[in-house]
Formats: sequence, C-alpha cells, structure tokens
Amino acid sequence: MGFFLEVVLGGLMAGVLYSLVALGFVLIFKASGVFNFAQGAMVLFAALAMARLAEWLPELLGFESLLLANLLAFVLAALIMVVVAQGIERLVLRPLVNQEGVTLLMATLGVTYFLDGFGQTIWGSDVYKIDLGLSKDPLLVLGDLFEGGILLNRDDIAAALIAVALVVVLAIFFQKTATGRALRAVADDHQAAQSIGIPLNRIWVIVWAVAGFTALVAGMVWGSKLGVQFSLAILALKALPVVIVGGFTSVPGAIIGGLLIGLGEKLAEVYLGPIIGGGLENWFAYGLALAVLLVRPQGLFGERIIDRV
Amino acid sequence: MSNRKIGEVILDLRNISLAFGGVKALTDISFDVREHEIRAIIGPNGAGKSSMLNVISGVYTPQQGEIIYRGEHHTHTDPHAMAAHGVARTFQSLALFKGMSVLDNIMTGRTLKMRTNILQQAFWKGPAEREEIMHREFCERIIDFLQIQPYRKTPVGRLPYGLQKRVDLGRALAMEPSLLLLDEPMAGMNVEEKQDMSRFVLDVNDEFGTTIVLIEHDMGVVMDISDRVVVLDYGKKIGDGTPDNVRSNQDVINAYLGVAH
Repeated sequence: MGFFLEVVLGGLMAGVLYSLVALGFVLIFKASGVFNFAQGAMVLFAALAMARLAEWLPELLGFESLLLANLLAFVLAALIMVVVAQGIERLVLRPLVNQEGVTLLMATLGVTYFLDGFGQTIWGSDVYKIDLGLSKDPLLVLGDLFEGGILLNRDDIAAALIAVALVVVLAIFFQKTATGRALRAVADDHQAAQSIGIPLNRIWVIVWAVAGFTALVAGMVWGSKLGVQFSLAILALKALPVVIVGGFTSVPGAIIGGLLIGLGEKLAEVYLGPIIGGGLENWFAYGLALAVLLVRPQGLFGERIIDRV
Repeated sequence: MSNRKIGEVILDLRNISLAFGGVKALTDISFDVREHEIRAIIGPNGAGKSSMLNVISGVYTPQQGEIIYRGEHHTHTDPHAMAAHGVARTFQSLALFKGMSVLDNIMTGRTLKMRTNILQQAFWKGPAEREEIMHREFCERIIDFLQIQPYRKTPVGRLPYGLQKRVDLGRALAMEPSLLLLDEPMAGMNVEEKQDMSRFVLDVNDEFGTTIVLIEHDMGVVMDISDRVVVLDYGKKIGDGTPDNVRSNQDVINAYLGVAH
C-alpha cells in the first residue's frame, strides 16, 4: 500500500509539470487559434536563462546569497520571457494573422528551432543546474500508518506547490479581473469580442506574456529536478498528448490531462512494465492520446465540434 | 409616442457599394439616420440588409461610398474602431460568450470604459476594485432593465434563445452606445417574446435616447416601432420613408409579393 501511494504521488507530481506546459499551449490556442509548437522550446529557453543568470549575477554584482541570486534571476528571466514571447507574437504571428492553421503551426515550428539554437548560443550548451536550495533528503510521512511509510522528495513537493500556486493565481486572474474577462471573451468568440471594442492585438500580447511566464515556472521547476539541458524541450513536448487528452480548448482539461498522464505513465511503468517490458513511460502518454482521439476526438473537456450541414 | 425629439443626422451613408468578388451585395445605397430615431432596414432574404449593417459596424469596408458618422468620414474602418466611436451591435446568429455568465457577458461590454491597467488589476485592491464596483453597478442596472436578474450567474449557453437575445442586447447597452445596431433582434421568437423585445427596444430608445438601426423580418413589428424604414432588394434601395409611406410604395409591394412578368 505504501509503495502504491508513493507511485501515485510521484506520478501526480510529474503530472503537475506536464499541466504547466500544457497550460501555456491551451492559453495561446484558445485566445488566438495558434497551436504553439514552440512552447517546449520556450520552457528550455527560460530554464537556461534562469540557470545561467543565477550563476552570473552573484559574480557580476558580488554577493553570496543563493536566495537573492535565485530571486533576481527569476525576475530577470521573467522579463526576458515576456520580451521573447512578445517578440514571437509581433514578429512572426501577427503578420500571419488570418492565415491557415497549418501555416501558423509551421511558423511556430520554425520558432522552436530558432529558440533551441539561439538559446544555446547565448546561454551555452552544457548541462546546467538550477539550485533552489531545497534539501534533497527524502521526507518520510505516514510512517506509523504503513510499514516503511511513504518517501517523498522535498523538491517534488516544492515543485508541486509552486505549480499549484501558479494555477491558482492564473485562475483568479482570469475569473476576477477585467483583463481576465476580456481574455475569456476573446477565447470564446473573436468577432463578438471585437465588436464590443476588445482590442485583439493587446489581448494576444498579454496571452503570450502569460505563456512565457508559465514556461519559465515549468522550466525552473523541471530544471531544478532534472538539470537544464536540451532534453527538457523534448520532455516538454509531452504536453502535446496532455492537451489531446484534456482537450485543446479547456484550461481545466490541461490541468487534469497533465495529472492523468503523469499518473498513468508512472503506474504503467511500475505495474505493467515488468509484464510488457520496460520503456513504457516514454510512449504511454502518446498511446493514451491515440486512444482518446479514437474515442473522443475533442478530448475529455474540449468543446464538441458540431457542424450544421 | 413619447416626447423624445428626433434630432440632426448623425449617420450619413452616401453611395455605398460593396461586392464580394463578382457578387454585388450592395449597389449605390444612400440613406441617413437621425439622432434618437429608430430606423429599420427591411427587405427579402439576400437583399443585403446584414451587409449594410456590417458596413456600418466596420466589419466590411465598402469599395465605394462614404460613411459620415457624427461629422467624421470613415473610409477604412474596423469593428474595434467603430466600437470606440460609440457604435454597438447585436448579432443575428448569437455571438455571446457562451461559457461565461450573464453578468460577465454584460461586463465585457464595459471594456472600453475600463481605465485601470493590467498591473493595477493584478494587484486588485484600490483603483481596480473601485472601478470594477462602479461598472458592476452600471451592469446591474441593465440587468434590472432587461429583467434577467434570476440568471445573473448562469452561463449564457444554458439560457433559452429568447433570453440569450436579451443578454446580447444587454452587452451592447453596457457600451453606452450612441448608435445601436440590432441585427434581427426578434428572429426565431414567439409572439410573446417578440412583444417583450419590442418593448425593450422602444424603452431603450425612449429612456436613454439611443439611436437605433434595426433589421427585422416581422413587418408588423417594423411598422409599429420604427420612425423611418429603408427597403432593400437585391442590394439596391427601392424605398425609404415613414412606415405608411413605404407600405404603399409599389416597388416594395412587388418585391415582397412578387410581380407577374
């Protein structure tokens, strides 16, 4: 029992990170209909910026504190991500407005390779680490309930808390502020939003900035767990099956889809792996996405597409 | 009728022509709209009524002609710019934000009146909160006016059609428009709903002095509530005048009843 719970919790914590990246996808897709393939590259770029800035800033400014270094690096990286995201929107996607979805997808594919390469050019291409100063000692909980209790990694818990906090902040922003309302309106119906005077351009700029910021949070948390390296961008692409499972147009779908996939792949690896063979964790998400596409193409929470014939 | 005074011309359309490729939607159409009046555009299906409304609201840019709104010439318009000039509209096939509540839908109509920036809103307390409360009060008055209080928090997609039409009107009213465009506000309604909607349209015009341009199929409604009527057929203007005037126009009768060739 204790082991099973450990697997479940581990899966959910990995899932939270998928949710974060998927959230970036869904926000942009809902607001502008652009399927932003570059979200994974943005995660890598943000993680690189964070890791390197946290390394450079103390040297440059001559201080020792790890907390201060991380804090400054985070704020600076956030600014950089906002600028990068707006740059993509302004320079690449705005000139292509009203083009076919495929054209936009190809454009973001181009942006992906550009960001991957350009990021390594300015930040370097080694493996870097983000040290958030969390102790790596596992935490033992519920020791008196089960034999052996449940072992949890402190950094996993911190990661989950950060991700949950971000989701809560975004939810409040979308539900309670006037800008959030305008964002939801644009996501719901472009034409109507324009006719009541919501400027689409400004909304897109905001959405891209928010997506850049979620990329940074995902990159930071993931980078601190696994190290900042190129494979982060590929890992972030797991958000694709997540949005297929959850539905392209649903924010709760992105969150629940992420948790489902994180949980599913861990359980599959641990319990089915010995039967089918290892490496299940790598393709489980895509298999699940395929199954969902066959049964429910709009995803679990997506809008069902009904066409009048 | 009430004591409202019909004023100066606020919208003047001169020789508007609009074509989509080879299809002529509107040919050389001119008419004007006076302040505080209810102006109807009627015509058979495919006459170009919705195209005309889309030209006024800036969705379509006509190839020829002039739009003079409150003394200003508008040649290349877009919907956002016209909204900023005080032109609000409703849609024939509803374009509400279906996943959002009635209140949120109407509040989006206040977007152009919002003055706080995104950082102030993110902080929430202070100016953003005061502003939100102020706009909320305004929207609550609209909700009272349209008698949709019980549905305030209901997602619009779940409301019956007639009520959705009212929310659409409410969202347009939240913009405090000086010119309100209604695209078939009573389409698909039963008699009772039509009566309600007619009353709202008249009340808006009467209480707020809003100038209204409306498209409607129901002749009875049009003749009852409008001050002047423009009749279109195949993209051309075939009649213009008071309801009585238009009713006795031979071209109009032919267009509606058909004519032997």
